[in-house]
Amino acid sequence: MLSFENVGLRYGMGVEVVGDLNFSIEPQSFQFLTGPSGAGKTTILRLMLLSLRPTRGTIHIFGEDASKLDKDMITGFRRRIGVVFQDFRLLDHLTTYENVALPLRVMGRDETDYRAEVVELLDWVGLGERKNALPAVLSGGEKQRAAIARALIVRPELLLADEPTGNVDPVIAKRLLRLFVELHKSGTAIVIATHDLALMDQFGYARRLVVGDGRLAIFDAESA
Amino acid sequence: MSVDSGGEPSPPADSQLKRDMPLVPADSIAGRALVVVIAIMTFLACLTAGGALLIAQASQGWRADVSREVTIQIKPRSGDDIEALVSKATEVAARSPGVVDVHALSKSDSERLLEPWLGQGLDLSKLPIPRLIVVHMRAPQQADLDSLRAALANAVPQASLDDHRLWLARLDTMADVIVLFAGALFALMIVAMATAIGFATRGAMAGNREIIEVLHFVGAEDRYIARQFQTHFMRLGFRGAAIGGAAAALFFVAASLLSVLTYGSAGSEEMAALFGAFSLTGGAYLAIFVICAAIAALTGFLSRLIVFNHLRQLM
Repeated sequence: MLSFENVGLRYGMGVEVVGDLNFSIEPQSFQFLTGPSGAGKTTILRLMLLSLRPTRGTIHIFGEDASKLDKDMITGFRRRIGVVFQDFRLLDHLTTYENVALPLRVMGRDETDYRAEVVELLDWVGLGERKNALPAVLSGGEKQRAAIARALIVRPELLLADEPTGNVDPVIAKRLLRLFVELHKSGTAIVIATHDLALMDQFGYARRLVVGDGRLAIFDAESA
Repeated sequence: MSVDSGGEPSPPADSQLKRDMPLVPADSIAGRALVVVIAIMTFLACLTAGGALLIAQASQGWRADVSREVTIQIKPRSGDDIEALVSKATEVAARSPGVVDVHALSKSDSERLLEPWLGQGLDLSKLPIPRLIVVHMRAPQQADLDSLRAALANAVPQASLDDHRLWLARLDTMADVIVLFAGALFALMIVAMATAIGFATRGAMAGNREIIEVLHFVGAEDRYIARQFQTHFMRLGFRGAAIGGAAAALFFVAASLLSVLTYGSAGSEEMAALFGAFSLTGGAYLAIFVICAAIAALTGFLSRLIVFNHLRQLM
């Protein structure tokens, strides 16, 4: 589904932010991307999302060499990827409902087609009563849940989540993780960037990609 | 999505759900400023276009008036019976085809014409003052001025025919220059407006960079994003153009009413001479509407072009 071969990235003439990245994300796999703050987790997620071009190495995504993709193909692939940003990236002038429905709206789908689906997901993530609220009046946890719902609404083949439970209380965190598990069971490959050891310990069967000093070490999953 | 919600999903509250918000925020200070700029530019562009149309209409009127009138001038030589020459020339002119009316200016009329140059109270009886005969034509194209000129040369060799060709040519040139100048002014305003739209679009792109980035990440195509910006700017353009166009139309209506109300006053006669009745035709109001629609379309088109160029540089 996604593979990195000797991938490295530097900004301008600076030192490499990340380098020698060799790993692949298999379909229906579950992995954590972990490491200390500033180690390069978000950079690797952005490389996976094709929002950064590597300065060396090759990225293959859904069987295609990413360096040879045109913009329309990249757009097509992004529709198969759900992404949860650490800073949520909700659009401030849109309601929670509109933010969550955004990926379906940009695909040109009719609003009446997906309304029930979006409302159901909002209820599931506990935002059923906040459908018409703007992000400015949502708490950090509510914004995070809205961002997760937006990533899940397209039933992505690959979900990239950057610290998805960083701003929510343990009860909501558990609920959200159940959502990721459900999604994983339904066939989605999951990559969660986190430095929350307690969270990772709940998923002993998940692979761990540990990034430190811009390099990556892979710890395969324990037997489930 | 197959999720275990642990209960019945809530039915969508259609009537309460807010879901029509445009992806590019509708109201912003930059957006309002652009509406004001477009409104002012449209107002000035419509005034320029309307003014040019008024002058073009009025100049057609002047040309028709002047070209329907020719003047016979008789320069007396010593010993000539000037009154006999005038009546002979008047007869010749009256017989000419296409002539509606012939009016010979009397001696005193001719002397009065010289008063601005020679002053009042002079005895001009000893001077060989030329006499003028004003000839009105039915239509310039029906008049056979060459045969009239030939007939006059035969009957009254002292007479010369002035068809105001030189004056008409100058008038033509002046009216054309005014209309060309108005056209150039109009073009400059459109260029200034296009530049303002360009700045506003680039500003909006910079201000909405995060929105564009998020739209890309959730799978929006460039043309979809460009369409959102185009719709946004077309709305702004239409609002500004409608305000400016309506103000210009109201200005012309008010000016027309004012010219009717002040008819007969000293200033109004000069204005009427220059601009005619100061009222635009229905076609001219249609032209104002077309200008407004074109400005709205131009706003949308330019913003789309700029957004596309910007998006091409993004990944």
